[in-house]
Amino acid sequence: MSVVQANTTMMKKLLIVSVAMFGFGFALIPLYEKICEVAGVNNLLNADTLTGNVQVDTSRWLTVELDANTRGLPWQFKPMQASVRIHPGELVEVMYEVRNNSDREVAGQAIPSYSPQLLAQHLKKLECFCFTRQVLKPNEVRQMPVQFMIEPSLPDDVRVMTISYTFFELSNDLVDTGGKAKPI
Amino acid sequence: MAAVHDDHAHGHGHGHEHGHDDHAHGPPKGMMRWLTTTNHKDIGTMYLWFSFSMFIVGGLMAFGIRAELFQPGMQLMTPEFFNSLTTNHGLIMVFGAIMPAFVGFANWQVPMMIGAPDMAFARMNNWSFWLLPPAALLLVAAFFVPGGAGAGGWTFYPPLSVQMGMGMDMMIFAVHILGASSIMGSINIITTILNMRAPGMTLMKMPLFVWTWLITAYLLVLVMPVLAGTVTMLLTDRHFGTNFFNAAGGGDPIMFQHIFWFFGHPEVYIMILPAFGIVSEILPTFSRKPLFGYSSMVYATASIAILSCVVWAHHMFTVGMPVTAQLFFMYATMLIAVPTGVKVFNWTATMWQGSMSFETPMLFAIGFIFLFTIGGFSGVVCAVVPVDIQVQETYYVIAHFHYVLVSGSLFALFGGVYYWLPKWTGHMYDESLGKLHFWMSMVFFNVTFFVQHFLGLAGMPRRVPDYALQFADFNMISSIGAFGFGLSQLIFLAAVVKCIRGGKKAEAKPWEGATTLEWDLPSPAPYHSWVTPPVVK
Repeated sequence: MSVVQANTTMMKKLLIVSVAMFGFGFALIPLYEKICEVAGVNNLLNADTLTGNVQVDTSRWLTVELDANTRGLPWQFKPMQASVRIHPGELVEVMYEVRNNSDREVAGQAIPSYSPQLLAQHLKKLECFCFTRQVLKPNEVRQMPVQFMIEPSLPDDVRVMTISYTFFELSNDLVDTGGKAKPI
Repeated sequence: MAAVHDDHAHGHGHGHEHGHDDHAHGPPKGMMRWLTTTNHKDIGTMYLWFSFSMFIVGGLMAFGIRAELFQPGMQLMTPEFFNSLTTNHGLIMVFGAIMPAFVGFANWQVPMMIGAPDMAFARMNNWSFWLLPPAALLLVAAFFVPGGAGAGGWTFYPPLSVQMGMGMDMMIFAVHILGASSIMGSINIITTILNMRAPGMTLMKMPLFVWTWLITAYLLVLVMPVLAGTVTMLLTDRHFGTNFFNAAGGGDPIMFQHIFWFFGHPEVYIMILPAFGIVSEILPTFSRKPLFGYSSMVYATASIAILSCVVWAHHMFTVGMPVTAQLFFMYATMLIAVPTGVKVFNWTATMWQGSMSFETPMLFAIGFIFLFTIGGFSGVVCAVVPVDIQVQETYYVIAHFHYVLVSGSLFALFGGVYYWLPKWTGHMYDESLGKLHFWMSMVFFNVTFFVQHFLGLAGMPRRVPDYALQFADFNMISSIGAFGFGLSQLIFLAAVVKCIRGGKKAEAKPWEGATTLEWDLPSPAPYHSWVTPPVVK
C-alpha cells in the first residue's frame, strides 16, 4: 500500500472516531440520567418516606414562601397562599391551583426548585403534584396538594425559605426528568 | 540518533530539482504564498504568528482586567464589560494562543524530526490554518454587537450562556470553527507521525516532542467533537426550543458542566503535553546528556492522557454529587501526580551531573520545571475535596491554572521558539535579549500570580470587577506584575524580529548537545526538507 493510500485510510478511521465522539457527546445525556437514577441523585419524581417519629420543634418558626412559574405552556399556575408559617418537624399541606387557558389538552410536568439550596436535604415531600405529569383538558382548573415536612435538622440560621415550581409542557407521553414516574 | 541520508537533502535545498520538477520551485511571492501554501513550514509560521497576535489580543484583555482590579471600586468599565474581558481572555488564550502555537510547532518540527518531507495532508493543513482567522474575528467582533461579547465565563455555563445576546452565538460559532480546525490538525499530525516516519525510526526512537504530540492529537480527536456537541446543544437550547440544560424545561444545567469538563479536563493536558515534549527536547541538549528514562517518559505521557479522561468532575466538586463520586474523582486526580512526578524526576535526573549551560531555551525549560511543579502542587491541593470546596471559584484557582498554563505551557513555548529559531531563520537570536526576556517574565510572572494564592485563600472570588478592601494591597501588587509581564513580551517580539532580520549565521547544529534529526538539515531549514528520507539506525 502506498503512503498516500495508507494516509487516506488513516484519515477515514480518524474521521469516524471524530464523528463517533460527536455522537458520544449526545449519548452522555441518557447515560447521565441513567447514572443519576441508579445513584439516586436528582430523583425528583419519587416521594420521600418518613422513618421513625419526628419531634415537632415548636420553639422555632419557619416561613416557607411558595412560588409558581410556567414556561412555554398556556397555563395559569399559582399557589393558594403566598407563604406558610410552620414549625420544623410539622407535617404541612399546601395547595396550588393550575388552570389550562387554552382549548387543547396539555400535558405538563412541574419541576421543583428550593432556596436556599440546602433546604433540599431537609425537605421531605410525601406527596406532590410534581411527582407525576399533569394532563389538563381545555379550560380545566385543578387544585393540587403538596404535603411536606421540614426536618428539625435544618440549621438554625435558616428562617425564610422558598419552594418554587415551574411547569413545562410535555410532548405526549415523554417524561424526561430522571427517575421513574410513579403514580401515587 | 544518527541519520544516514542522501547528500543533496543535506547541503543544498534545490539539489533535487532535476528529479521532481513539480517540487523544484520555491514559494510564490507575496500574499498568494501564504494563502495557498501547502508547505508545512509556511503553515507552521502562520500558526505561530497567528497565535502570537492572539496572545497580544488576549494580553490586552488581561491588561484591562488588571487595570480595573488595580484598586477597589469601579473605575474603568462596566461590570458586564469586565465579565466579557475575563471570558474572552480565557477563550482567546486557550483556543487562540496556546493551542495554535503548539500546532505551529508540530507543523514546523514533526516532519523535520521524523524525516518526513511534509505533513500527510498538505491541503487540509492549509485549510485548518485558514479556519482560525475567521474564528478569531468572530470572537473579537462579538465585542461590537448589541449585548456585547459572551460574558458567562470561558466555560460558558448555562443558564447564563442560554440567556445572553448574539455575542454568545458568535462565541459558539467560533468554538465550532476552532474545534473543526483542531480536529483536522490532529488527524494530520497523527497520520504524519504514524505513516511517514523515516525508515528505521521506530515509535520508541521518536523524539519525545513527537511522542507527546501524537498522544495530544489522539486526545484532541477524542474530546474536541464532544465540545462541538456541547456547544451545539447550547445553540439548540438558545434558538431551537430544546431543553438540554434548562431546568425549567426538564433539562439540567449541571449536566452541561459534566459534558463540558469531559472535554475540558483532557483539554488541560492538550495544552501541557506538547510543552512536556518541548522541555524534554531542550533539557538533554543543554545538559549534554540523553534524556533520563525515555521510555518511562512515553508511558507517563500516555498514562496522563488516559487518566485525564476520568477526572473531569474535580472541576465541579461543589455542585452536589454523592460522596463516593467525590472520592473517586479526588483519588483519580491525585493519581495524575504520579506520572507527572515521574516526568519531573526524569527532567531533574537528566540535568543531574550533566554538563549544563544556560542559554535562553534552557532557562525557560528550568523555569518551566520550577514553576510548573508549583502549579502541579497547588493542583493536588485543589484535588482535595474539602479544600476545593473552600477555594472553588476563588483566586487560588486562578493562581493554580496560571502557574500551569503561563509558566507551564507558555514558558515551554518561549523556550521552544528560542531553541528552534536558529533552525527556522538561519540566524542566532540575540542571547542577551532572550535572557532579559526570560528574567523579566520570570520575575513579573511571580509578582502577578504568586500573591493570587493569598487572595484566593483569603476568599477573594474570581470574575469580580470590584472587591472588598482587605484585598487591595495584593491586587495592586498583582496588577503591577501583570503590566510588567505584558510589557516584557515586547522584548520577545523584538528578539524574534531581530533574529528574522539578521544576526550571527546559525550553523546546521548550533547546539552541541542536540541529537534530533532536524539538526542534520542546514540552517535555515530548506523549503523542502527530507525529500529523500534519512535512514535512522
